[in-house]
Amino acid sequence: MKAKIHVTLKQGILDPQGKAIEHALDSLGFKNVANVRVGKYMELDLDQSDMAKAEAEVKGMCEKLLANTIIEEYRYELQG
Amino acid sequence: MNIGVIVFPGSNCDHDCRYVFRDVLGQDVTMVWHKESSLAGLDAVILPGGFSYGDYLRTGAIARFSPVMNAVKEFVAGGGLALGICNGFQVLLEAGLLPGVMLRNRSLHFICRETYVKVENAATPFTNGCRSGQVLKIPIAHADGNYYTDPVTLAGFQANAQIILRYCTADGKVTPEACPNGSLDNIAGIRNAEGNVLGMMPHPERCAEAMLGNEDGRMIFESMIASFERKKLVKV
Repeated sequence: MKAKIHVTLKQGILDPQGKAIEHALDSLGFKNVANVRVGKYMELDLDQSDMAKAEAEVKGMCEKLLANTIIEEYRYELQG
Repeated sequence: MNIGVIVFPGSNCDHDCRYVFRDVLGQDVTMVWHKESSLAGLDAVILPGGFSYGDYLRTGAIARFSPVMNAVKEFVAGGGLALGICNGFQVLLEAGLLPGVMLRNRSLHFICRETYVKVENAATPFTNGCRSGQVLKIPIAHADGNYYTDPVTLAGFQANAQIILRYCTADGKVTPEACPNGSLDNIAGIRNAEGNVLGMMPHPERCAEAMLGNEDGRMIFESMIASFERKKLVKV
């Protein structure tokens, strides 16, 4: 099973990196851009063929380590 | 007093902490490797600054799962004193021993300079040697010192006097301009509700000796020793 995980800042949390990138894009001539937010993308292989169990494991990983749920939210995709 | 300094892979201010307690203040210091499972015999625990686990994933996110952190949690639950400095503060936050989280500095820069912090609460084991409102000059060196918590927790801090240090001007004014990193309410240091755990972003161990030209940080450590000595008297 392959898990693809996105961790992003919750809406309302200040993202200075996103702002910096937005300004940089603007100065490069991309004038239509707004609301740039920077997140993390992780991939991992999971030795688990049962989809429900895999999902529970990945959710556990996100809750416990991969995301700080005070300021981040996560979503994941499982393929296998 | 027997001080334990926790050493994570990537901690780099552990030796400075040992130097201040052992060589400047004459206390016993034990270096505690992150794989240790016991803090027996220690009177206080320091989580020092540095880049534990390279700040990978998030600062302090991996160190909080080090084996020694189980012992730290028990130590703290039993009333033991714990001081987290910079990365140590970040580890305490990730471990849930202090509420809230550190965000990237608003300027996105790693800021390495002296700051002024105001002692908002001098009735703690970490600040009892200071006057309430006293201004200390202590250096910071961090990229993730922008403290954040939710409004309910922040209100609780104010009710419980949990904000111990705030960034301020040289003459003690708490203004947005005085805050180097965007930290909520100019927070530079907080304690837990029980009062035995302090986390602070500035580095008092870098200004605890006269020959460095600044001894303001020394008061944090001397307060801890005074608090310990007082407890000893009460027990007898």
